[in-house]
Amino acid sequence: MIAEILGDVSPGLILILGALAVPFLPGKLRTAWMLALPVLAFIQVLGLDHGLHGALSVFDLELTTLRVDRLSLIFGYIFLIATFLGVLYGIHVGGWMEHTAGLIYAGSALGAVFAGDLMTLFLFWEGTAIASVFLIWASRTERALAAGTRYLVVQVGSGVLLLAGTIIHYGQTGSIAFDSLELESTAGLLIFIAFGIKCAFPFLHNWLQDAYPEATVTGTVMLSAFTTKLAVYSLARGFAGTEILVPIGAAMTAFPIFYAVIENDLRRVLAYSLNNQLGFMVVGIGIGTDLAVSGAAAHAFCHILYKALLFMSMGAVLFRTGTVKGSELGGLYKTMPWTTGFCIVGAASISAFPLFSGFVSKSLILSAALKGEYYWTWLVLLFASAGVFHHSGIKIPFFAFFAHDSGRRPREAPLNMLLAMGIAAALCIGIGVFPGPLYAILPYDVTYHAYTLEHVVTQLQLLVLSALAFTVLMRTGIYPPELRSTNLDSDWLWRGLGRILAAHFDDRTTQAWARVAARYWHALERFIATLYRHHGPEGILARNWPTGSMAIWTTILLAAYMILAYV
Amino acid sequence: MIGENLPALQVILPLFGAIIAALVRRGDIAWLVTLVTGVATLMVAFALLVKVLAGGPISYEIGDWVPPIGIEYRVDVINAYVLVLVSVIAAVILPYARTSIALEIREERRAWFYTMYLLCLCGLTGITITGDAFNAFVFLEVSSLSTYTMIALGRDRRALIAAYQYLIMGTIGATFYVIGVGLLLVMTGTLNLVDLSTRLVEVESTRTVSAALAFIVVGISLKLALFPLHVWLPNAYAYAPSVATVFLAATATKVAVYLLLRFLFSVFGAHFAFGQLVLTPMLLLLSVAAMFGASIVAAFQNNLKRMLAYSSVAQIGYVTLGIALATATGLTGGIVHLFNHAITKAALFLVLGIVFYCAATVRVEDLAGLGRRLPVTMAGFVVAGLSLIGVPGTAGFISKWYLVAAALEKGWWWLAVLVVASSLIAVIYVGRVVEVLWFRAPTETVAAVRDPPTVMVATAWLMVAATVYFGIDTNLTAGVASLAADSLLQGPQ
Repeated sequence: MIAEILGDVSPGLILILGALAVPFLPGKLRTAWMLALPVLAFIQVLGLDHGLHGALSVFDLELTTLRVDRLSLIFGYIFLIATFLGVLYGIHVGGWMEHTAGLIYAGSALGAVFAGDLMTLFLFWEGTAIASVFLIWASRTERALAAGTRYLVVQVGSGVLLLAGTIIHYGQTGSIAFDSLELESTAGLLIFIAFGIKCAFPFLHNWLQDAYPEATVTGTVMLSAFTTKLAVYSLARGFAGTEILVPIGAAMTAFPIFYAVIENDLRRVLAYSLNNQLGFMVVGIGIGTDLAVSGAAAHAFCHILYKALLFMSMGAVLFRTGTVKGSELGGLYKTMPWTTGFCIVGAASISAFPLFSGFVSKSLILSAALKGEYYWTWLVLLFASAGVFHHSGIKIPFFAFFAHDSGRRPREAPLNMLLAMGIAAALCIGIGVFPGPLYAILPYDVTYHAYTLEHVVTQLQLLVLSALAFTVLMRTGIYPPELRSTNLDSDWLWRGLGRILAAHFDDRTTQAWARVAARYWHALERFIATLYRHHGPEGILARNWPTGSMAIWTTILLAAYMILAYV
Repeated sequence: MIGENLPALQVILPLFGAIIAALVRRGDIAWLVTLVTGVATLMVAFALLVKVLAGGPISYEIGDWVPPIGIEYRVDVINAYVLVLVSVIAAVILPYARTSIALEIREERRAWFYTMYLLCLCGLTGITITGDAFNAFVFLEVSSLSTYTMIALGRDRRALIAAYQYLIMGTIGATFYVIGVGLLLVMTGTLNLVDLSTRLVEVESTRTVSAALAFIVVGISLKLALFPLHVWLPNAYAYAPSVATVFLAATATKVAVYLLLRFLFSVFGAHFAFGQLVLTPMLLLLSVAAMFGASIVAAFQNNLKRMLAYSSVAQIGYVTLGIALATATGLTGGIVHLFNHAITKAALFLVLGIVFYCAATVRVEDLAGLGRRLPVTMAGFVVAGLSLIGVPGTAGFISKWYLVAAALEKGWWWLAVLVVASSLIAVIYVGRVVEVLWFRAPTETVAAVRDPPTVMVATAWLMVAATVYFGIDTNLTAGVASLAADSLLQGPQ
């Protein structure tokens, strides 16, 4: 019935329009309204028929605001589940800004997934960028403000590339339909880079580790679910089977591991492991077979759940103790047993323990890599799997809840957080034990059995050896100790440049930069001064010219035309 | 009966309205006369557009003298479109005009202002509708002379100098135009535009015709404020009464652009005009110079009216850019930008008129925190500002989309980049104002400003809403513009 009333409205718009009412609703009603919105949208999505709906004519472009097929549906389902969990997890937060921004963000991501053309995709794409930055700024710290601004610049930049690609694509083909794209054309390349930025490809990834850990407790949970997975969806839609994605994805799985191992901020560790998990999906899309793309979609589905669960558990720790630095935590299991339990479920899922959700989705991609004879890639993925277990599976719960006792005795997380974590944990285990329903909604029909002897044994061997390595390293004291430190990643390049422009100098890291910057800054100042001299209120271009000199200009122009016409 | 005489009514209505307004001498009654005339003119313009879209071009013989001897009024898609634009702006701002004029002009002069307003409307519609080159000159003078008077009625003493300067420059422009027309008359013996286009073919290769084209292009360029012939414009816009600024910014330069289009494409023909006069590189160069030079000047201006005036010069650059490309998409972009820029700039100047009404200043440093004092009005400035920048979902985006598409069609990547880059300067000058208006704490004087009259805010928001509406539904704007572009490119008929 609801589906009939809402008709062909994009489910994203339900969330966005619903979000606009949030500031005007009083306490209890607001809570109920916000929880009802994703449920309402979910019911609508369930009632949608496959095909193209919601055609809209905007100047000479035919927009398709609602494309329903199996690929968009699986992402639609999980985005709505994540929205519900995110809202529930953050329901205790006062004020309306975060709630509104979160719902608009989720709605934009949802709208983008159901977009049938590049223009609609672009509009929602920018929507996610603009709405989500408020989740970072809502931390109201100096660092968050700066990180949020950098994040916004990168995200809007990605949108501009997408728009440029769309215009060129339209110019060349006369169509804006969002289907399979060619990497060889300029348009395709621009769109590919736009997707790549949002998907945090290597060297384009720094915004993620930069911004996500600075967002609010609840904001990070939302952020971890949508932006990058929207990019994964877009890649799956536009660039499935693009060979270059395989090495890109493989690199993405491997390199964040080293950073994650030495990082102290546990939410930043999770941000690195997010990058690593995205790598698996990108590899799947790059291989491009039915099995691989389905694996990528399934992995995105499971990943959103367990990554949100891990971020929620770390958020709960941050909420109760005010820090997520590994060096300052430890022994929390005594007073936060539920959070500890849920965190372990999330850790087991991301590590792909059999009977947890990560196992049933990751093995799809690994099998696809083997079937497609990508042996090197397969080995890298295997190494990455061990690494994931290492930093997300063991390090996160170990340093936060066990390790040396920090003496902190925080209270258990609030009820709404526990409920949200509980539901996510239940889903993680549920999917792990009964993968059937998940396999049924995959983009392609695949018959796959996750629980064969071979799969289980391979995975268990990997996990056991990885755990062994961790234990040995810890015992012998070789394991990198949790230190208060800042990792230098490739982002120092553009962050340094950004600092020059903003004239913000961080003593600790940019003393050398300051001198170089000063020179550029002077050049910039000189440039603006020159501009001002010519264009400022007293400049030649803005001054009140005497009438005579205007007349001379008229004559000059006439003479120029005449000369050009005669020669 | 009325249906047949619509083209004449289009011009005669405002002319008679002006005479009545001058005779009644009372500001309020003159306003009422203007309102009735303005609405009637608008209805005539709409009727003409509907008729033209349904039945093709209309030819009307003034006094039943058969063209080319008599004067012909000729309405096709493009001038019907410009007529609607001019009449809509003229009518819609009238409710607003009453309050604004009551503040800015002394009682005994108000009736004169409305007289000049209607005369200017008469001149502008006349230029647009006539099919006769000399008749166009006459209407050009009618509109110009009334414009000088309107500007001079401004409260600021600098308004007099601005009006005087515009008078000199406008006269030079009109003289150039009439010299060009005179040369054409000598060569062809006719003034009728359709007739001209057929007879010109034989004498095309003569130097006289080239000179005529150069004179006409430069003369009209001055009227449409093509960079660097724009210098009269900022002062004229800045010191004229607020209503006059809105009206002129939205219509006067647009009609001049129409006249240029008419001569380049319908009379001389694109092939000759762009082949003989090497117009494309010249116009491109000047357009790009306008887009950047004027935008940067705007970014440094402290007087908001001057800032928007310079931004107008920059926006005209986008229009002439579309003309310079001389392709279907480029022309569509230029013509649609005529309309979109007219409503966007009208909305912005309307808001500034309210600011002046409430705060008695439009200097940016005096307006810190005004957004918090007048949130509804100033939100209008932000939305219209977004359209000026060309943000998706607003009218400004549509024009830029076509221009970028046209540049890419020709394979001129650099031009597409320049269009986008110059839009970024608009981000700077709009953003600077938004920052001052919204993010600074209100000063004491700002906190004490009076409330704006509802009718002014409503008018401004009507225009602001239009910038959003025409960013989404473009059947009227881009649809008609592309029809007009096609008919222009078919050349002389």
